[in-house]
Amino acid sequence: MSFLRKSVKLLNAASAARQNVKMLCAGSAQCNYSSSGQAAEISPFPGARDAPFINNLKLMMPEDYAPIPIYRVLDRDGYLLSEQEDPQLSQEVVEKMFRDMVQLATMDKILYESQRQGRISFYMTNSGEEASHIGSAAALEMRDLIYGQYREAGVLVWRGFRIDQFVDQCYGNDDDMGRGKQMPVHYGSKELNFVTISSPLSTQIPQAVGAAYALKMKPNNDACVVCYFGEGAASEGDAHAAFNFAATLECPVILFCRNNGFAISTPSNEQYRGDGIAGRGPMGYGIATIRVDGTDVFAVYNAIKKAREYVLRENKPIVFETMAYRVGHHSTSDDSTAYRSAEEIEVWNTVEHPISKLKSYMVHKGWFNEQQEKEFVSGVRKQVLKQISISEKKLKPNWREMFEGVYDQMPEHLQQQQRELEQHIESHKQFYPLKSFKQ
Amino acid sequence: MNMFQAINNAMDLALEQDKSALLFGEDVGFGGVFRCSVNLRDKYGKDRVFNTPLCEQGIAGFAIGVANMGATAIAEIQFADYIFPSFDQIVNEAAKYRYRSGGLFDCGSLTFRVPSGAVGHGALYHSQSPEAYFAHTSGLRVVIPRGPIKAKGLLLACIRDANPCIVFEPKTLYRAAVEEVPTESYVDELGKADILREGKDITLIGWGTQVHVLLEVAELAKKEMDIECEVIDLVSILPWDTQTICNSVNKTGRVLIAHEAPYTQGFGSEIAAYIQEKCFLRLEAPVKRVTGWDTPFPHVFEPFYLPDKHRCLAALKDTVNY
Repeated sequence: MSFLRKSVKLLNAASAARQNVKMLCAGSAQCNYSSSGQAAEISPFPGARDAPFINNLKLMMPEDYAPIPIYRVLDRDGYLLSEQEDPQLSQEVVEKMFRDMVQLATMDKILYESQRQGRISFYMTNSGEEASHIGSAAALEMRDLIYGQYREAGVLVWRGFRIDQFVDQCYGNDDDMGRGKQMPVHYGSKELNFVTISSPLSTQIPQAVGAAYALKMKPNNDACVVCYFGEGAASEGDAHAAFNFAATLECPVILFCRNNGFAISTPSNEQYRGDGIAGRGPMGYGIATIRVDGTDVFAVYNAIKKAREYVLRENKPIVFETMAYRVGHHSTSDDSTAYRSAEEIEVWNTVEHPISKLKSYMVHKGWFNEQQEKEFVSGVRKQVLKQISISEKKLKPNWREMFEGVYDQMPEHLQQQQRELEQHIESHKQFYPLKSFKQ
Repeated sequence: MNMFQAINNAMDLALEQDKSALLFGEDVGFGGVFRCSVNLRDKYGKDRVFNTPLCEQGIAGFAIGVANMGATAIAEIQFADYIFPSFDQIVNEAAKYRYRSGGLFDCGSLTFRVPSGAVGHGALYHSQSPEAYFAHTSGLRVVIPRGPIKAKGLLLACIRDANPCIVFEPKTLYRAAVEEVPTESYVDELGKADILREGKDITLIGWGTQVHVLLEVAELAKKEMDIECEVIDLVSILPWDTQTICNSVNKTGRVLIAHEAPYTQGFGSEIAAYIQEKCFLRLEAPVKRVTGWDTPFPHVFEPFYLPDKHRCLAALKDTVNY
């Protein structure tokens, strides 16, 4: 009995202390808790400490919450919507943004066609999402570590990954830094702080969170981690794990969702019913959140600048969602007109396309030069085509490398298997494509 | 020290010697449900020894990320039975990181500590021995200690090893096994089996708790039948010590493998297949496997499920009399 009394007293004291907690009335629903006009009693439950009690039963409905707004800087004609939001980038930087986006699109077109001709085994384009790559990459520092999904090649373009490096990876030849072990577009670069892509979706998200934690532990850390993923990948359990770990372990990571409306053929309304991925951030995981027009390179740039500053200052994560449209097919193994109309694609390929928006901006500024663009595009075309003919002639790595890198050093059983294959090949040379491989 | 104290001591040394080392998992902050991390948060701070949310795939993914940065990650999965949600992160990611990136990135500085094996009353989800699932995954190291001295040496070796490692700790030994454990730092060689008892008539192979069963069986065989058993603790499941096993089988001509995990596709089948391929001419009896049955691990029937000394001894007699 005395224990019970003491507990009640303690609980009352605890809730009295919280009476002073300021109630947030940002949304519409939150303000309806206290109909009596008196200050609501605040919960002592450890699992929901700041929640007030109510005595009228109410279902919290998704429609009680306004969708998180989409930040943009440019209108679709390339005019600044607000002078205050002008990132004030120099002509030089804007031109690099434009050229990198155009390079990515041009490279995509040719490598896509080369897959169609059977010259490389697989490819994935970036069409419609160039601005989220370039805008974000431009606002980051090279020391910031990138984890990607597979549709972020623009980040590498901005960071200086060369055309020959892209093409060599797609061919898996002896100059591929990945040593020909992965499918095309699974790029990686230690030098450019871009962690090697892998196919399993979302696995990189909790990894990015762990890397951000390790960075945070370094004295005077001034680098963050940016992790890109699609809205489909955000349905994986690993995305949930990552969001929750990032929040509870306070990691300086930007959780960058590219919401392009489709996961292969699955439209986003079959992927989730909440307010996109951004909607999960603030209420769901307690993470600061930004939603941006992913066709607007300046919006992405400004938002990432702010996000980066926030995650490093607070040592906390940010959920970052860019809204765009996947203009191209999912991959070279997909024909997207089987599940969406060509007319719909055309709108996003013209008026709502990130490259046309930035081009319009440059035209208004007097920075755009038709002739220069044509020359640039034809230069990139030539370079990629030339590189394709060079890369496909290069030998693949020595086949013995198949056994390397499984462990830091080759264990006895792998040495044994390598010798076994050597002996086999020695006596069955004619059945293997040895000519294409380094000896 | 008992085994949880030896593990605690190993982690204490690892955290002390390596300032980048982090220790995390479910409930490790207050000392862990098996007391393995007791006092370490107080000593090294809550930034280095901490609880994670309850999510195994998150723990594994987070650990990989920490290791990607070159920092040392010691991650605990509370029971081996709950490692399966992290199977994708371990098999598709951790094991393949170095390989798929051409060596640009790796997660070699990560170690998973995973309590496993039978405990008397653990039923389906507190008793499993999932080592064979991981033995099929190139790129991992999988080890299982038999007691406190080994637990410390293996754990420290795994923490320092440049490959992702899984240490399955037989949880029934946490308190039961007590040995004189050196307090200073030392490492065991990974991939190396231990011959615990020399013999000429038959080779008995096991790991973890089962080693103690086999030692008892060897004693009984000596007493009852004057049979000299060679008892080998395999220690490392992947990569495993084929040489020590083959040397022994070539000497004895007979072999019995015992493990708690189910029979079909248990790691015993890999050893048996390898022995018949490499020691075919020296074998005088079929390779015998005494294991858990091909059922889930039961609650009240545990005494009938386990490959206990009576089942092992009976199988040994059959093999010797073949």
